[in-house]
Amino acid sequence: MVKLTLTGNHCVAYAVKLSRVKVVSAYPITPQTTIVEKLSEMVDSGDADIKMIRVESEHSALSAVYGAATAGVRAFTATSSHGLLYMHEMVWWTAQARVPLVMAVVTRTIGPPWNIWTDHHDIMGQRDTGWLIVMAETNQEVLDETIKLFRITEDPRVFLPGMVGLDAFILSHTVEPVEVPEQEVVDSFLPERRQPYTIRFGDPLIMGNIPSDLLLNAKMRWDVHEALGRSTQVIDEVDREWGKLTGRYYGGLVECYRCEDADFLFIGAGAWVGDMRLAIDKLRDMGYRFGVLKVRYIRPFPGARILEIARGKKGVVVLDRSISAGSAGPIFLDLAAYFQGKNVTIPIKNVVAGLAGFDVNYEDFVKIGERFVNEVSEVGWVENHLEFYPLR
Amino acid sequence: MEVGNPLLPLSRPKIGVQGATGSWRFRKPEIDQGKCIGCGICWLYCPDSVIDVEDVGGRFKVRVDYVYCKGCGVCASVCPTKAIRMVSEV
Repeated sequence: MVKLTLTGNHCVAYAVKLSRVKVVSAYPITPQTTIVEKLSEMVDSGDADIKMIRVESEHSALSAVYGAATAGVRAFTATSSHGLLYMHEMVWWTAQARVPLVMAVVTRTIGPPWNIWTDHHDIMGQRDTGWLIVMAETNQEVLDETIKLFRITEDPRVFLPGMVGLDAFILSHTVEPVEVPEQEVVDSFLPERRQPYTIRFGDPLIMGNIPSDLLLNAKMRWDVHEALGRSTQVIDEVDREWGKLTGRYYGGLVECYRCEDADFLFIGAGAWVGDMRLAIDKLRDMGYRFGVLKVRYIRPFPGARILEIARGKKGVVVLDRSISAGSAGPIFLDLAAYFQGKNVTIPIKNVVAGLAGFDVNYEDFVKIGERFVNEVSEVGWVENHLEFYPLR
Repeated sequence: MEVGNPLLPLSRPKIGVQGATGSWRFRKPEIDQGKCIGCGICWLYCPDSVIDVEDVGGRFKVRVDYVYCKGCGVCASVCPTKAIRMVSEV
């Protein structure tokens, strides 16, 4: 193990190299570009044995790695924002084709206006596609999750692609001390690649032909949903095993900070969870007993795990860094639907903040937390279930 | 569904998936072997892959599988020596 100071993007590159990926294809887009640049340097210096495929668009980038993966090798791509939207068709296709592969998404605001700072609209827009989606809080988590995703996506109980989300600039271009595991450790952790089928010369297969049986087609869709359900167990097993190997266990689908004796919870995903940790320490000094529940996996959505932790609390604040316009924040929507399905009534407030990269720091979370407790204490319930921060 | 065996949108190429489609035909391609130069263009263009070319002494011999040929006439229209003629079967 070596300790290096790395940006989030370089963490992805190290993880891809250590996972012995054979094919990488990507199209440059800020703030993803330095992932693939670093990988190119590794190939140039002979540190990595990777075939780099240059393409004219993100749609082709994902198509190229999809082709490589169906032929039987570990494949990787990375993108952001408009690039992710441009490859959206292939995001669906690769999941429904049940081809394991891994993509890094450096979360970035969608235009107009042109904006390179982080919010989560790009990655949240992929949540219906059938991909596993994990959001990182730190650069160490970026490195660890990228390696783990290869193991999880190639598990026969799952056989789906997965994306790791890292916030633009906050993680992608900021250095942190990171423990980089030895090659032997990663080799012992990642088995030989497994996938549901492999296309070979001399053994022709037709992928995605027009179905003769629509019920079978319908079952394929449901099977993707079931596989994501099964992946919850795989994620937990893999996270525990990685924890034993490296000492870093993240709690599987969710991670908690001071949840046990908390009356209230902040629930959110991504880099800003670090600011929430600072905020609740401060809130506790002020007499408000808060905890932080970090949603690591957006898909599969960890409704059961969240409910386990939130049950009995006096209220929760769901912080979304994106909004499903015309409805509410996506994490809130999933959570509220799950709670309702289980007949659980806890005051839940959805605060939509940090859109377009508008900075939210720990002091903002302190304000949000304080106001929430006052609202719940005075009204006894949540008056406005959805609020935009920092208006009013 | 078995765990580890996902339902897959996969299929394998197979002869005659839609049955003996030759019954759809109302005119059939007939090859004048005297005019045929064995270039293989009809084999390349046939949308149903029912034309086979056989190497007979270094020269292609063209043969149509009438069990599956739907009689579309593409082969006749692309033949550079007009060696294929569409003959009415009704």
